[in-house]
Amino acid sequence: MGGPDVPVGSDWRRLHPLSPVVRFGRIAVGLLVVAIPALEASRGQRPGGGSPIFGSLIVWAALVALSAVAGFVSWLVTRWRIGTADLQIETGLLRRQSIRIPLARVQAVDIVAPLAARILGLAEVRVVSAGRGGEHGRLGYLTAAEAVAARARLLALAHGLAPDTPEPVAQPLLSVVNPRLVVALSLRAGIALPALFAIAAIVVLVVSPRAGAIVLSTTLPVLITGVVTVARTFNEEFEFSVSEAGDGLRLDRGLLQRRHETIPFGRIQALRVVQPLLWRPAGWLRLEVDVARQHGVEQSREDPQRLGRTLIPVARREEVLALLARVFPEAGIDAPPQARPPRRALLKAPFSYHCLAAWYGTRYVYARTGRVQEATVIAPLQKIQSVRLSSGPLQRRLRLANVHIDTAGQRWQAAMKCRDEREAGTWVWDISARARLARRREARPRRTPATRLSDDAGTAIA
Amino acid sequence: MVLAAVFLPLLAGAIVAMLIINGGWAVVIPLVIAALAVFSWSVERGRYRSWGYAEREDDLIVRRGLLFRRTSVVPYGRMQFIDVTAGPVDRIFGMATVQLHTAAAATDARIPGLLRADADLLRDRLASVGEATATGL
Repeated sequence: MGGPDVPVGSDWRRLHPLSPVVRFGRIAVGLLVVAIPALEASRGQRPGGGSPIFGSLIVWAALVALSAVAGFVSWLVTRWRIGTADLQIETGLLRRQSIRIPLARVQAVDIVAPLAARILGLAEVRVVSAGRGGEHGRLGYLTAAEAVAARARLLALAHGLAPDTPEPVAQPLLSVVNPRLVVALSLRAGIALPALFAIAAIVVLVVSPRAGAIVLSTTLPVLITGVVTVARTFNEEFEFSVSEAGDGLRLDRGLLQRRHETIPFGRIQALRVVQPLLWRPAGWLRLEVDVARQHGVEQSREDPQRLGRTLIPVARREEVLALLARVFPEAGIDAPPQARPPRRALLKAPFSYHCLAAWYGTRYVYARTGRVQEATVIAPLQKIQSVRLSSGPLQRRLRLANVHIDTAGQRWQAAMKCRDEREAGTWVWDISARARLARRREARPRRTPATRLSDDAGTAIA
Repeated sequence: MVLAAVFLPLLAGAIVAMLIINGGWAVVIPLVIAALAVFSWSVERGRYRSWGYAEREDDLIVRRGLLFRRTSVVPYGRMQFIDVTAGPVDRIFGMATVQLHTAAAATDARIPGLLRADADLLRDRLASVGEATATGL
């Protein structure tokens, strides 16, 4: 292992010796959860018989020891190196595996530190690359300092700079105060409604114990699930801060498990501004981001939190607008008056009519939907994959139609619902034409001589 | 075509049933089935007529649906890959379906019932213009 002055990752090296401990910690906890009830059960079955317990104890101890050894061996045979053009990881004892991740295709480098790792001062580096999403390069675990150095080197090489270029300095844009996060999260409908019911139930309980008990017993499980969800989200979004580096946005968040993530600007497919009903008096908004991913790959394995990422969990309107301006310049969330659907749409969508709105400018398409919580999707024209016009029988009777804007994002699509039929018809062509112009505009400055050459060659052959 | 496969045996069965029962009211059964066949035939014909596609300079337009109408506009530069599929029934009649895929999962640009040769031609044409105008994500 090189000393501190040798650049991280230039030579073959192992992961941190304590990484099997972190990894093993989880397995051990899992085993204990299974083992203890099993042991208890076996004791209950044969009261007084000492040997069966002892036997099963041995079996479980052997299992634990085996997984410990397996963890140690897997650490022993794993080594990694950052080459000039790729990240190389070699692992596996029986099935030797050599992973090469070309740095030119690296999309983002995240640092994730679960609780156990943080206690030991370790962190995992995750390399997210384009193409098949399954082959994330994971370096788990390195010391925190090493992880930062490795990330800087990976990012520098990915951007085609000298390997010892320091990471671009991140300018803090916005951070969320934790008390506000708690209040905001508990005001979301998932918990506010059951809580209200529970309070009502307690009141009823005082008046007539019998009816109250029934109401309370039905609302309590819902309330508990709500609290658990809030606690989990809080854990994920604790100490949330957004900063901007040259290559994209940096997100730092997490209570037990700290994450440091990068979202490259170019990968953002759409943004969504969400306002739950109870946030309206406070004027709070939530900003979410949708990034491109190969569909069908790895969706189930990846937790949904990472798919549609939160850009800012809760912030005041002007803060959100400021952040929005950094990510999507010139974008606004105020609907012009003509963005409202015609009044007859009330018949088709009585519960969401008050939220519906859609409009577009020269750079972005906006679509607002929602029944209880208002959600505005903002998609840049140059990211549009296809445009669809659709109308059902009832809508046609009312001379209405929907315009769908498809982006490569995963979570939500921009749907311009219940527009006037004629308007929707012209919008489809207009948005397609504008998207084409936007794509050309974007393609031109970025195009390198090499690709232009190949383009010319293509047209020459054609 | 599937229609014929479903309704012809049904009709035959109904006639046989009518002969077996041989009651006055049994005549109704084949008549009802025949009416159903005519009705669904006309619906299918409408659906068939509603399908349409147009290749424009920069994008492909696919239109479909009778009750729920859809029109999709897919720019050539956004196409990721093109599928040509032919099921067993399709193959009997020498037809194929061309489907376009973009990076968005919601895109549904499917052109069914093309003649096999036409489908292959369309695919090749789309692939070549797609290559010339590809812009990535």
